[in-house]
Amino acid sequence: MQDWRYGTPDAPHHPAWNARHGTRRSGWRRWPSVCAAALLASCQQAGVLDPQGPIASQEQLLLINSTAIMLVVVVPVILATLGFAWWYRASNARASRSTDEGYEGRIEFVVWSIPALIVILLGGVIWIGAHQLDPRAPIPGKADPLRVEVVALDWKWLFIYPDLGIATVNQLVLPVGTPVNFRLTSATVMNSFFVPQLGSQIYTMGGMTTHLNLMADAPGEYPGFSAMFSGDGFSDMRFTAKAVPAGDFDSWVAQVRGTGSALDDAGYAELAKPSEAVPPKTYRSVEPNLFERIIDQTVSGSPLPDPPPHAGEGRVGAGAAWCPPIQQAGG
Amino acid sequence: MTIATLDFVPTELARGRGGGGPAPTRIVVAYGFWIFLLSDFVLFSGLFAAYAVLSGNTAGGPTGSELFNLRSVFIETMCLLFSSYTCGLGALSAERRQPGRFLVFNALTFALGAAFLIIESTEFAGMVSKGAGPSRSAFLSGFFTLVGTHGVHVTGGLIFLVYMMAQAIAKGLRPHVLRRLLCFSLFWHALDIVWVGVFMLVYLMGAR
Amino acid sequence: MLGRLSWAAIPLDQPLPLYSMGVVGLVILAVLVLVTVKGWWPYLWREWITSVDHKRIGVMYVILGLVMLLRGYSDAIMMRTQQAIAIGDAQGYLPPDHYDQIFSAHGTIMIFFVAMPLVIGLMNFAVPLQLGVRDVAFPTLNSVSFWLTATGALLVNLSLVIGAFSRATWWGYPPLSEIAYSPDEGVDYYLWSLQISGIGTLLTGVNFVTTILKLRAPGMTYMRMPVFCWTALAANMLIVAAFPVLTATFVMLLLDRYLGMHFFTNDLGGNQMMYASLFWTWGHPEVYILILPCFGVFSEVAATFSGKGLFSYRSMVWATLGICILSFMVWLHHFFTMGAGADVNAIFGIMSAIIAVPTGAKVFNWLFTLFRGRIVFTTPVLYLIGFMVTFVIGGLTGVLLAVPPVNFELHNSAFLVAHFHNVIIGGVVYGALAGYNYWFPKAFGFTLDDRWGKASFWCWLIGFYLAFFPLYQLGLMGMTRRLQHIADPSWQPLLLVAEAGAIVIFLGILCQIAQLYVSIRTREERRDLTGDPWNGRTLEWATPSPPPAYNFAVLPRVETIDAFSNMKRRGQPPVEPSYEPIEMPRNSPIGIVNAFFATVVGFALIWHIWWIVILGLLAAAVGILAFGWSENREREVPASEIARRERARLGLGRPA
Repeated sequence: MQDWRYGTPDAPHHPAWNARHGTRRSGWRRWPSVCAAALLASCQQAGVLDPQGPIASQEQLLLINSTAIMLVVVVPVILATLGFAWWYRASNARASRSTDEGYEGRIEFVVWSIPALIVILLGGVIWIGAHQLDPRAPIPGKADPLRVEVVALDWKWLFIYPDLGIATVNQLVLPVGTPVNFRLTSATVMNSFFVPQLGSQIYTMGGMTTHLNLMADAPGEYPGFSAMFSGDGFSDMRFTAKAVPAGDFDSWVAQVRGTGSALDDAGYAELAKPSEAVPPKTYRSVEPNLFERIIDQTVSGSPLPDPPPHAGEGRVGAGAAWCPPIQQAGG
Repeated sequence: MTIATLDFVPTELARGRGGGGPAPTRIVVAYGFWIFLLSDFVLFSGLFAAYAVLSGNTAGGPTGSELFNLRSVFIETMCLLFSSYTCGLGALSAERRQPGRFLVFNALTFALGAAFLIIESTEFAGMVSKGAGPSRSAFLSGFFTLVGTHGVHVTGGLIFLVYMMAQAIAKGLRPHVLRRLLCFSLFWHALDIVWVGVFMLVYLMGAR
Repeated sequence: MLGRLSWAAIPLDQPLPLYSMGVVGLVILAVLVLVTVKGWWPYLWREWITSVDHKRIGVMYVILGLVMLLRGYSDAIMMRTQQAIAIGDAQGYLPPDHYDQIFSAHGTIMIFFVAMPLVIGLMNFAVPLQLGVRDVAFPTLNSVSFWLTATGALLVNLSLVIGAFSRATWWGYPPLSEIAYSPDEGVDYYLWSLQISGIGTLLTGVNFVTTILKLRAPGMTYMRMPVFCWTALAANMLIVAAFPVLTATFVMLLLDRYLGMHFFTNDLGGNQMMYASLFWTWGHPEVYILILPCFGVFSEVAATFSGKGLFSYRSMVWATLGICILSFMVWLHHFFTMGAGADVNAIFGIMSAIIAVPTGAKVFNWLFTLFRGRIVFTTPVLYLIGFMVTFVIGGLTGVLLAVPPVNFELHNSAFLVAHFHNVIIGGVVYGALAGYNYWFPKAFGFTLDDRWGKASFWCWLIGFYLAFFPLYQLGLMGMTRRLQHIADPSWQPLLLVAEAGAIVIFLGILCQIAQLYVSIRTREERRDLTGDPWNGRTLEWATPSPPPAYNFAVLPRVETIDAFSNMKRRGQPPVEPSYEPIEMPRNSPIGIVNAFFATVVGFALIWHIWWIVILGLLAAAVGILAFGWSENREREVPASEIARRERARLGLGRPA
């Protein structure tokens, strides 16, 4: 080892290292096989890559486009990294060397411009995409929207169809081609309502209402679940979103009205008790304004308040005990 | 502690661009303490933000306009602001090596700070006895925590002050004692700045 | 008398934690017995435990990080195994109650007690040496910081054997983390251990900002500082600006839990969305605190092992500062799905994408540093190449997640898990391991065995890809995170590949242990006699390995960037400098004493043993006040001793 004080800066310090370059090359050959193995194991398209509704389709397109835009830069960078590392290894006599500490204005300009251009492009994609696919934006469709109210409980999902007067647990049946307008809340902790093949997820939070609009384009059964950890029963907090043709939907509604129990206050109190892996269930009728009353209850911390129910959306800080009756808000 | 510093002449190229070598201890200590105070400001800003978000969430309980007695808030504000003045006078006395005046001004600072705390605790106790304690609503939780954290800092400052007065008496106004007094002054004035924010955002705006 | 602590807190009916703590307990006992029997306590107390030397403290931080890596990693492999076997009707071997604690502990430990200590340890060791000064601005405070961090780590590990840890994830979102839904001591363990170690970290931030801005060798202007010091400055400024937000947030959650307040509760006006906002206001800068010093390590490694200076130093500095500031403007991307509306989501998405600009500029600068260099393939260089390839993929998926509509489908999925492990392993872990291999000879006087180092690298690289690329695919297929059992059997092949990857990483960790063992055993063959084993460019290589307590006999005069390269070019000055006595701070027990009381108070707060809390706080206060009263905290190293050491050093290392 040389003592730096004797001033020969460029002599290599460890000649032995120059010989140790061979292992570098074999690394990158392993990648394709690893990737191929993983991909082959998951040939079946599902989830986000198998959209069954307009929201999911547009989001998939955004995913693919954004990835492609970025790969334009990322792939050359990766290849250049591996290429430079190999070509400029110390033992390569053919490589040209330089000890310049490097400030080259032109290279600088390019170095900053490339990411900047990509980001400007992506910025446009982000702005437009975020506005077009805002969960609150209604979906233009031929039929009138169906309203569904979603309540996350421990550890199951309650779906109320307020205009149809029925409710279900862990089973969401939707007519194909009809925009669905969701209002969501949680009776307990934060959850997230998500059906990957239909599109966006949205958080469900106690005392608050979130909004989501989705539509199913084709009949089928699509897995749904909670995407926010909520406790011990979280892994079983799954439901099925079943899209059926419009006619079948009407007959399903009629069938539900004919069987099962009513979701009255006692039924809801029973349902609200913590339970896991709850099998799907339907209710032939449901108390009006149950959704708003659940929100009020969550905020006030007391048992479900007696009717007369409050109309309008639940507000944070509004407690049922003191909240004066509000005029019926439209829709 | 001190880092060894050498006498040297900064090179021409280095002058004014931070090339002067390690700074003297007094500057290092004060600078470090100031950075710490900035972090304390960030802590308060988190509490301010929480208060601002929650200030409307009275959950059917009492609001600021019902609870705040602006007269006593004005008095305690004057106590605190005046204590900053006496603190400054005390710092000047220390610089001029006048131990007698130093002790007098710092004792006044302590008295005014203690008066602030007494008024504030009386206010808190009154609110709690009216059923407007911190667990009544989110607004009150935010209020008690923001104003209470400031009060805890003032209490800490008073302990710091007594400790420094004891050190000044026992050891005299030596360099390391003076450095710590400088830190105390920074701390005390910073608390004043935070109080101005509290006074305006919480009391003046909340009492409307 | 003992609050809510009772014998029931010890998990006698749960074999897994009981046996693992039993083993750990035996190991600790064996170490303590060995140290006692060999009579090493006085040495350890004097040279390490009460040391205020930044080099010693840095080493202790790195040791803490590596030891906690074993704990965090065992959590990881347990989770992977559970997910690989609990498919369909199978319930695996970890009931939800345990699984939830394990993933919460895994995240908490890896971020706070592995990544932070490793990064802070490297900064502690290298920054004062690179700045050409003798120590940090506040050495005793440095010791206090380290021991408070160790306290936090201890408290988290105590939760294995006394009571249970939090089951509310490493974020602790309310209302799940509130008393109503997590009544037991778990969340309190989480909150108090992080509050205590958070104080330590904050003090480190104050210490290093002051050091870097106010204590540099004469002639070292801002633009002559090594890049690692710039990244350390940025990271520490982020610590000063972000950690108090976490402190405030946890104070509010603690007040909710202990005094029944309503900051984040469902009822009486609490706002759970505000917790997410506040937490991530800290959380996003936190990940930049972790990655920026690692960028600095890679800049040093790239320059040193290419034999040429870093390409465009100025641009790197501006990129670092740009990332530092921008990191405060993106936090909402952690909860796009909370329903903020299109405008807000779009703005934060765009800001998140903008951070890719300075980061991309850095990657190009590293690339051009390699260009036309003479690259020597040591272990740190392999980590550099591995990082440059892996991190850009992670960056790609990150910018993808910054597009709100895409985020709506991938939030909280296995894709997200793969993304952040991609950037943390590819960036922080590789950087920390590169820095560890790079500066080890400076710390201990001999290099690490390069072959075991490379073996470890390959295991970490291959293991990472095997473990996490399946998760990208699974996220796209609709798998969410934190699942204790898996309903869809078609996911199992990918989960098995991920399990294989976890095992390969484990082999990498074993290789690291082997590397250390072999290196110590064969250290004479790899002694660093000159202090400059890599032909380094910065001032830390101008000292002997290991450096004396005072670092430099005479503070170097700095004239350029890469000051040491410049010194080597100019050669040895003809006259021996005149040595002056050096004042160094004495050791102090205040660090460990303070931490002892912090542990006691923390434990008592968790278990509601109020009288111990009061007594412990009083004792800590007395300790601090007594320390503040003490005089004579410096000792002088006489000029004769310095002269003797320097002459002895210069006598060695002559070329053969």
